[in-house]
Amino acid sequence: MRRLQALLDAMWGDRQADRVVPPTGHTVWLTVLTSGAMAFLAVFALALSLATGRLAERWGDSLAQASTIRVSAPAEQADAQVEAVMAILVTTPGIADARALDLAEQAALLEPWLGPDLPLDTIPLPRLIEVTSDGSLDAEGLRLRLTAEVPGAVYDDHTRWREPLVAAADRLRALGWTALALIAGTLAAMVTLAAQSALAANRQVIRVLRLVGARDVYVARAFTRRFTLRAALGAALGAASGGLAVAFLPAADAAGGFLTGLGFQGAGWLLLPLIPIFAGGVAFLATRSAAFRALARFE
Amino acid sequence: MIELRGVGYSYGGGNLLSGLELELTPGSFHFLTGPSGAGKTTLLKLCYGDLKPTAGAVTIDGRDSRRMDRDALARMRRRIGVVHQDCQFIDHLSIHENVALPLTVAGRDVAVEAANLEQLLGWVGLSRRANALPPELSGGERQRAALARAIIMDPDVIIADEPTGNIDWDMSKRLLSLLAELNRMGKTVLVATHDLALIRAAKAQVTARVLRLAGGTLSAGTEL
Repeated sequence: MRRLQALLDAMWGDRQADRVVPPTGHTVWLTVLTSGAMAFLAVFALALSLATGRLAERWGDSLAQASTIRVSAPAEQADAQVEAVMAILVTTPGIADARALDLAEQAALLEPWLGPDLPLDTIPLPRLIEVTSDGSLDAEGLRLRLTAEVPGAVYDDHTRWREPLVAAADRLRALGWTALALIAGTLAAMVTLAAQSALAANRQVIRVLRLVGARDVYVARAFTRRFTLRAALGAALGAASGGLAVAFLPAADAAGGFLTGLGFQGAGWLLLPLIPIFAGGVAFLATRSAAFRALARFE
Repeated sequence: MIELRGVGYSYGGGNLLSGLELELTPGSFHFLTGPSGAGKTTLLKLCYGDLKPTAGAVTIDGRDSRRMDRDALARMRRRIGVVHQDCQFIDHLSIHENVALPLTVAGRDVAVEAANLEQLLGWVGLSRRANALPPELSGGERQRAALARAIIMDPDVIIADEPTGNIDWDMSKRLLSLLAELNRMGKTVLVATHDLALIRAAKAQVTARVLRLAGGTLSAGTEL
């Protein structure tokens, strides 16, 4: 608790130390604005990272359990072949559930692609069997058995199209985190520049403070307090507007696919208040190191 | 208190000071004279750790000034009151706050010392100017404010660099008697000045030694 208090004191600085540095007018707002813009961008980078993370997980996990058996056969043999496949599945270990889709369901699947009024009965459609494994399914064994016993049936465990999607989602998530790191780095760089210009403009103040016996920590605090608060304030405003923008993104329905996931869910929202705290911390460290570097020039 | 042993100082090429031996004992009063450019200010800076000797050693309170880190230097400055020649202030703070600045940076409660502060400002004749900003003051007023700031921490040693350079004779005498009074209270005082009238005037008030710095060396002090 005492350590936390000390940390807060260091971040917050003291009001008295702050007074010794003259107020600087519009550059105050530049720091606030920069920090706000960075926080706003950070909200989207964060939303992207979290959403793609969820997406990768969904595609990786739930789809790994699901697979499809496609039965292509002349119409009159289709039912018999489906039954044969079902019989095989019943005796296959590792199958949690297997269900043949009826024509209405298949029509619903095709509707988004081909339109609603499709005369499905005139098109020879393969029959689909949805298989849910309990995780211990020997896919290769099942495939061989199907080839041997029901030549028209093809087992598809979705790996072929799932893997690139998962890879893409993982890559997007990595990009999101990279963007966050770049944003933090940019904020640190901008605060360093702002702090350096403030330190340079206040050479005389620093000189006088050192001459009357101020320790480096005191002088540094006079600056860190200011930049920490400005960056945190800006980031709070930026994160709030970013959060609102994400919250009011037009809701994409189930057919919207990828976009559905963009945004924050549940505890993800709790990350937003961390943005100003993190920005304050970055500004604190950047200002502190700039101040100590500048102080080394004074005895 | 402050001891110089074989101290030399060189700027870039030439030797400015060499072979200086000096001991400021507690309660002593020294004047430092010499032609301008002889290195009086440099010698003072060596005494309060603003410059580190390039030869020999300066010990302040038993500590070698070259071995002090920045925080030790800061703490040492709270016990040595310095009136700088070009007395610098923080220009957006009032004289009152500037004089209290050593208290503030040392983390002491200025409110507790308010009475001292008022008295001190009264003594240097700046009570009515307490709320003025430093750029609004005359040279003499700045000098007095600088003296007030130098002694607000009740230091053991007071070092003044040409403290009467910008002020009239009456004020010079007042300032001198303040320094003499501080010395009688047991403070060590070192004043660099080329004002011989001031040194003569001091004769009546304190027992002081006069050190003469010329040609980079310090000649044996005469007792007043």
